[in-house]
Amino acid sequence: MRVQRRFLLLTGVGVLCAWVLVPIYLIALGALGGRASVFKWPKSVWPAGTSLDSLLAFLRIEGVWQAALNSVIAACLTMLLAIALGLPAGYALARFPFRGADAFRLILLMTRAFPLAILSLPLTVIFIRVGLYDTPIGVALVHTALALPFAALISAGLFAGIPRELEEAAWVFGCSRAKAFRKVVLPLAMPGIAAVAIFAFVISWNEVFAASVLTVRHRTLTAYLLTVLAESPLHYRFAGGFILIVPSVLFIFAVRKYLFAMWGVSNR
Amino acid sequence: MSLGRVDAGGMTAIAKPPRARREPREGSRLLPYLLVAPAIAFLALFFLVPLAQTVLLSVTADGALSFGNYARMANDLNFAAAIRDTFMLVVAVIPLQVALALAMGVMLQKLGRGRDLVLWIWTIPLGVSDLAAGLVWLAILQNSGYLNSALYGLGLITGPTPWLNAETPLTLFAGIALAEIWRATAIVLVILVAGLQLIPKEFGEAADIFGATPWTKFRRITLPLLKPSLQSALILRTVLAFEVFAAVYALGGRNFPVIAGEAFIWQSENQNYGVAAAYAVLIMAISLAATLVYLKALRTRPETLP
Repeated sequence: MRVQRRFLLLTGVGVLCAWVLVPIYLIALGALGGRASVFKWPKSVWPAGTSLDSLLAFLRIEGVWQAALNSVIAACLTMLLAIALGLPAGYALARFPFRGADAFRLILLMTRAFPLAILSLPLTVIFIRVGLYDTPIGVALVHTALALPFAALISAGLFAGIPRELEEAAWVFGCSRAKAFRKVVLPLAMPGIAAVAIFAFVISWNEVFAASVLTVRHRTLTAYLLTVLAESPLHYRFAGGFILIVPSVLFIFAVRKYLFAMWGVSNR
Repeated sequence: MSLGRVDAGGMTAIAKPPRARREPREGSRLLPYLLVAPAIAFLALFFLVPLAQTVLLSVTADGALSFGNYARMANDLNFAAAIRDTFMLVVAVIPLQVALALAMGVMLQKLGRGRDLVLWIWTIPLGVSDLAAGLVWLAILQNSGYLNSALYGLGLITGPTPWLNAETPLTLFAGIALAEIWRATAIVLVILVAGLQLIPKEFGEAADIFGATPWTKFRRITLPLLKPSLQSALILRTVLAFEVFAAVYALGGRNFPVIAGEAFIWQSENQNYGVAAAYAVLIMAISLAATLVYLKALRTRPETLP
């Protein structure tokens, strides 16, 4: 009975791991197999004749590099903005019982009940007027609205986990609040802050709707792929999808320790 | 940044706090407000303003107040289909995702060694965008794709068979649902696992003493105590599910209209911002309604939680 249960459990775990991994393996095959493999029939699931040619050919298409670069710029800006705005807010939530703290926390949580990306629609008009339309900066601003509530809530949890006493000890030794924060709190919170930054990067890197609405010529990679989807050959589409997936998977690996701290915090 | 500003104000120089006082006095009362002000200003600018503008845009046509945009939206050829398809997708996908995530969460609790590795594998799709997920499943489901190759190998079909055409709406729907389940179950899983970790072990041990079966334990202990996590997972997931569109485009092109996709088309191709805004308001209304339903249906009294 016990052995049977154990066997059942391990089988279930194995099947579910395959369910996640096999599709990624298959798109990797599609991306690396090139034109010939995409139309080969019937296909083999073993890598045969894979090469980087198809990926490189995709990257050589005019506009792809630029789109990837725009994506990276927008994602880095999102990361910086989310940290710059979210970290102080998180610190305030964690350390001060100020009036309105609960209301602020509630607003942050409430933004999740809104499809924020959809709100990029009216921004088109304003952005055209102020010259932010069709720039990575404009895209990053909207993506920051998506990432900021997460950044604030997660960093609030991070700072709450760092004992107040450490900071107080620094004050006793004559540090100002800013210096105590810089010398004592920041180093301890650094790994968590890095996780928040990566999280913000991934949110921006993956976002499709707002990026497509707010750009025309200076597309991000997701927006570019979406617009050329219908007319590009299959192996290019797979190459594009694969290129989108790779950094995200690596990033999730880097922040895996913090995933639960993040969601545990924002749970209640 | 705000910290720097407070310091630069020179408060320390003017009123040097006595040694005995431990907390630096530098604007202690104002400091939290200075710290949250940039975030609040930003959210007001990029959340509240566009929210108000969307509503305003949707009820103005030719500079006058009117419901013309809504009328035009409702009379659009794709409107009914988009509503139907989006709701069908949400109804089909979300219960499956919750069930799957629950099963995964319970399995993880029973795993000893290797738990971290399994958890990492299961959360990989968290980093995959909906567009990429659509492309992944396109590689599998396209005419000469891996699914058809497998079916051919088993002798079930005689040659490349289309599944994602306008002529095969059922399998197209199933394909999109698969892509969504594959991609977005991870977010439910992470929220539920965070919740499972909060349930005290003693409850299960007590139930064991009274001879409860695993199923009883799951139903009587795990599920009720997991309610708050289930609630946040459902709210987050449902709101995102009503926004679905890139995975749909990657797999079915225009053959499977969804609400967010229609908003996108009206905005980018038809250049009619009014009707696009009407669609956006519709999505927001549906999301809010779903959130309220979950808040009410899965309400927990704080005193019932450990």
